[in-house]
Amino acid sequence: MKTYITDIAIIGGGPAGLAAAISAYENGVNVLLIERDFELGGILPQCIHNGFGLGIFDEELTGPEFAQRYINKVMEYKIPIMLNTMVLEIRPNKNILAVNKNEGAILVKPKAIILAMGCRERTRGNIRIPGTRPAGIYTAGLAQRLVNIEGLMPGKKFVILGSGDIGMIMARRLTLEGAEVKAVIEILPYTSGLIRNKVQCLDDFGIPLLLQHTIIEIKGKDRVESVVVSKVDENWEPIKGSEKSFECDTLLLSVGLIPENELSKTAGVELDPKTRGPIINNYFQTNVEGIFACGNVLHVNDLVDNVASEGTLTGEIAAKFIKKIIKIDKNFVQLLCGRNIGYVLPQKVNKTAFKNSVRFYMRVKKPENNVYINFKVNDKLIYKKFERFARPSEMLIIDLPKQDILIDNNILIEVIPKEKKSEN
Amino acid sequence: MSEIVDSKIITCIGCPKGCQVKVSKFKNGNIEAEGYSCKHGKEYAIQEYIDPRRILTTTIIVKNGILPLIPVRSNQPLPKNKLFECMKEIANIKVPAPIKMGDVLIKNILGLNVDIIASRDLESKIN
Repeated sequence: MKTYITDIAIIGGGPAGLAAAISAYENGVNVLLIERDFELGGILPQCIHNGFGLGIFDEELTGPEFAQRYINKVMEYKIPIMLNTMVLEIRPNKNILAVNKNEGAILVKPKAIILAMGCRERTRGNIRIPGTRPAGIYTAGLAQRLVNIEGLMPGKKFVILGSGDIGMIMARRLTLEGAEVKAVIEILPYTSGLIRNKVQCLDDFGIPLLLQHTIIEIKGKDRVESVVVSKVDENWEPIKGSEKSFECDTLLLSVGLIPENELSKTAGVELDPKTRGPIINNYFQTNVEGIFACGNVLHVNDLVDNVASEGTLTGEIAAKFIKKIIKIDKNFVQLLCGRNIGYVLPQKVNKTAFKNSVRFYMRVKKPENNVYINFKVNDKLIYKKFERFARPSEMLIIDLPKQDILIDNNILIEVIPKEKKSEN
Repeated sequence: MSEIVDSKIITCIGCPKGCQVKVSKFKNGNIEAEGYSCKHGKEYAIQEYIDPRRILTTTIIVKNGILPLIPVRSNQPLPKNKLFECMKEIANIKVPAPIKMGDVLIKNILGLNVDIIASRDLESKIN
């Protein structure tokens, strides 16, 4: 079996992997970027809409443009890339078993690994919609690939389940391509995607958004013929008598994303049941020494700019770890999720933080306005930040100053509504 | 004060707050906004009222490329009511590979002073 030796192997050539590769290279180590597709970019080549890059480039780019900028840099640096190469297994000793058409099975022996495999879509099976099993049911991302990369229209009359960003963006895309989008159905009382997407993708085209509704049955023998939609109560239970039927030939599902961690498990990486991604410390390192993770494999982001900036930081840390510029202490305190915190990353922090502050990424469980995000140790408030809007669809990023975490006990994060001023 | 002849509620897309801004047109021709929380909201709502514009992103069929389509965008926002007309124009065109990001694939589409440009590099197929 052909064996490759490198400093850092990066698994996945999407925005996280690309950014990590560039940053690791710039920090003076050898990098090997392994990608299963025939080209780099991950999901970005099919995300042809604009709205990417405001955070990093301060301009609005399309997905392919955002990817191209990183790909051009990788090419300029001549970073070794393996395309069409599928990683089968990461061993706890960090050896990577992969296959490709030209070389068969290969073994990569790196000093460190950066996991950047991204995420995958939830499917009909994940959400258990009753009914027949006809053709014409697609995840929104698959439909996006068919329309934007392969030039195929998956149907003519659509209903979209889930108001996530991909679902709303596909509603616009399909409408522009001449299809009819009958409705977008959302079980929650608010859209699960960004407001700008609701305005620009649904309102602009008069596409109805049915909040607090769900699909209770899919009908059709060979092909989808209709879906039955029902209003739901606050416990998401369908309300009898509120059913309506929508005639359609295609149903798109935009019902969430799951970090892709089958490989992480083979390496012995511990996962967080809340994020479904690896548990990491503030060095983006997993429980396995020398295995790092960044981007959507870690937690599903709403902005690619965050994915890429996590990649950049992880690439730098991994390079400095190999060069022994930074030592990663083994003592960590845990981050605990308190009131209305869905998850927080990193889950563990070190007393010797890498930079002057430690960046925390978190999501609330339910929308709240005018709140404080409190960081507490032993019931004592160590840091607080005011947020006017805290919504599950918009990740909160808080930089905790380094001096605030020089403590020996676990940190609790909670969302507390700002107390109303007493009226005098 | 002049009489209001038209008004419209516009959801601002500048930030997550999504302010509902009411834009009113007065008999004397003045246009005013209320309900915004910052200057971006005011500017956006008035622009949106006078002349709503959008960046158009779509694909064009490619001849002899490694992929059948090239993703493209308008280099500037174009009038919202021209989106479908532009889509029809774009559907009639085929472009040959290779293509570089930023290449102008349709110059001055529909005379709107907006170009349709490539969003990525696309190599030609090796026969």
